[in-house]
Amino acid sequence: MSSDTTPDGERDGDGHADSRARADGKFGRYGGQYVPEALMPAIEELTDAYERYVLENEGGFMDEFRSRLADFGGRPTPLQRADRLSERYDREVYLKREDLLHGGAHKLNNALGQVLLAKYMGKERIVAETGAGQHGTATAMAAAHLDLPCEIYMGERDTRRQRPNVFRMRINGAEVNPVTTGRGTLKEAISETMRDWATNVEDTHYVIGSVVGPHPFPAMVRDFQSVISEEAREQVQEKAGRLPDSVVACAGGGSNTMGAFAEFVGDEGTDLVAVEAGGSSLDVDEEAGVAPNSASLSTGSEGVLHGARTKLLQDRDGQIMESHSVSSGLDYAGVGPELAHLVDEGRVRAVNVDDDAALEGFHRLSQEEGIIPALETAHAFAHLHEHPEELGEVVVVNVSGRGDKDLETVLEETEQREVSNAPDLSVLSGGLGGAHGAGDADADARGGDE
Amino acid sequence: MSRIPEAFEGGPAFVPYLAVGDPDYESSKQYVEALARGGADVIELGLPFSEPIAEGPTIQGAVVRSLSGGMTPERFFEFVAELDVDVPLVCMTYYNLIYRYGGSEARRASEASGEAASEEADRPRAFVERAKEVGIDGFVVPDLPAEEADPLREACDEFDLDLVFIVAPTTQGERLERIMSQVSGYVYVQARLGVTGARDDVSGQTDESLGRLSQWDVPKAVGFGIKTGEQAERIVRGGADGIIVGSALVDIVAEGAADGEDAEVVADRLEAKARELKTGAMRGAGVETEEEDDGQEVPNPERT
Ligand SMILES: Cc1ncc(COP(=O)(O)O)c(C=O)c1O
Repeated sequence: MSSDTTPDGERDGDGHADSRARADGKFGRYGGQYVPEALMPAIEELTDAYERYVLENEGGFMDEFRSRLADFGGRPTPLQRADRLSERYDREVYLKREDLLHGGAHKLNNALGQVLLAKYMGKERIVAETGAGQHGTATAMAAAHLDLPCEIYMGERDTRRQRPNVFRMRINGAEVNPVTTGRGTLKEAISETMRDWATNVEDTHYVIGSVVGPHPFPAMVRDFQSVISEEAREQVQEKAGRLPDSVVACAGGGSNTMGAFAEFVGDEGTDLVAVEAGGSSLDVDEEAGVAPNSASLSTGSEGVLHGARTKLLQDRDGQIMESHSVSSGLDYAGVGPELAHLVDEGRVRAVNVDDDAALEGFHRLSQEEGIIPALETAHAFAHLHEHPEELGEVVVVNVSGRGDKDLETVLEETEQREVSNAPDLSVLSGGLGGAHGAGDADADARGGDE
Repeated sequence: MSRIPEAFEGGPAFVPYLAVGDPDYESSKQYVEALARGGADVIELGLPFSEPIAEGPTIQGAVVRSLSGGMTPERFFEFVAELDVDVPLVCMTYYNLIYRYGGSEARRASEASGEAASEEADRPRAFVERAKEVGIDGFVVPDLPAEEADPLREACDEFDLDLVFIVAPTTQGERLERIMSQVSGYVYVQARLGVTGARDDVSGQTDESLGRLSQWDVPKAVGFGIKTGEQAERIVRGGADGIIVGSALVDIVAEGAADGEDAEVVADRLEAKARELKTGAMRGAGVETEEEDDGQEVPNPERT
């Protein structure tokens, strides 16, 4: 993380652009602090803590953070040359292996940073939302590691889509509260966590899971995640002998995205590509209030949600739409304000791939590189597959997480649609040891006996 | 100046809230009119937003019922225009609906072509102008702290409408002073931390907040959790100039909707509840009224 502050988007002396938020938390026209008054004093306190501990390293905060990321988290993560993908696409493809970070996703970088900050601030309790369960899992791990009680809010639908992560959170000692309002996904989980925070604000810190929410969260989460590009920028120069032509990352709220981009923003020769979830379609059903995708950068419009002005999926009145993606972690109607700004500025290119392409990307990476990616991550590989020629000769793809959590979903989805490169999964039919599948098999067996 | 300050002049003000369109447009109109008959001095009309982050389950339920009944900002304005009530009306909604108002196809097309910036300043203005036209007197916007309120306040000034700010138990010191210097209409004193919802007790945070605010000469209306006439009495006795009641009324609407009762029956119940709350508030100010509910002796609340 570079510690020199310049106005948003400006280049500073040593050639690194720094899109850090201005003092009022705005990134161009986006950002800000649109939250209930009850939370504002806590947000002021957090802003002060962010400036002192994170930006100024007061009390050696950043040193402790980095040392815990190394010892507890396993950093640095490797930058690996993907041999078969390089051959397939006829260019140098490098993988930034955040899936190898403790917990299996980039999420720990932020969760550990914020839980540690909460400790420095004297907070006694942690709450967090989670979509795919990766952020909830990372927060539960960090809270256990640093001995703070922790409650996670998770959309009820997501608790079913991402069951393995619910187990992990419980096993690390976190309470998991299913949220049943709306469609029961990430948007509702964030709203409900904000309500908890507004109730318990005096002793509780809200560990938000992406570069979203009111200032200082978008800037702070980016700074905790910037370790990804800080490492990758050095590693790629060592391995490829030069800076990459492009960096590709999936984007939900955009924390792995901003983390992978931050240190490259000043490198004009490096294209930054954010891959959103195109879901089942980019068309929007205004009547039903449903956007069957999560592509807010590509198709959204400006509005105010969850504390920030940003790009949103909303109807013409400003009611927020229900989003969709096969991957829970991308299934959100908004996106980080800094990413929205960088896209407007033309510094980041927003693209999207649909559910089917993401599933194919999932199988391709699993089969050809021996890495089972998260479904979120698979979107980045689907874009690489669709448009390798746009990405130049040296490409870094951020492997934001591993896919163990998604196996049940992949099984279901692969059965429901034609995924051209899926292996035959019939040996598992009915679920991975799920009660449902076992029951069916029993019934068949009995049927045979009669 | 709007009509709001006057509403606080003749003794403690009773300020009820309902979500417009809950559970349907016509019933909702009868309900709001019933509150006026029951003694409302100001009425807060909620324009439902899909992500009501400051609301508890009761008002979240109202939002869902209203939105699934087809409520939109434009329908809301029609509703207000058609209302037959004689008290000041405050529109309570979330900022995105104010910000997005006027989101026609044409504007979206121009936004897509990158011309949005020039229209930036106009954004809250269109909503405020339309609100003025239909007879709204002011706004409460729970997700708009003073830091982000300049564009809306400018529009309110232009059209002579009030912008009510919320003061929370956590709002203190310099921050409190900054907010109080910007308040118009009344200050919404949030009685407790958390989200909206009817409660059985009165939070000690209420007295502390009222104490901190005593030096300012702006009407102080307390809301969040008030459910009974006795609570209203106690809060007015503690120094409030008004009481704001939402969830306890929405609970009545919700029950009526769940049981499929006639709107008239529910409206009568709302009117009676309104009267109980208004009478309680009056008692708190030392004004005895004729209609002492069911002849019950009202215990003298302890003052600690
Ligand atoms: C592995 C993985 N990648 C990406 C994301 C999307 O989040 P973000 O866009 O903040 O990186 C998630 C969210 O849960 C995730 O688990």
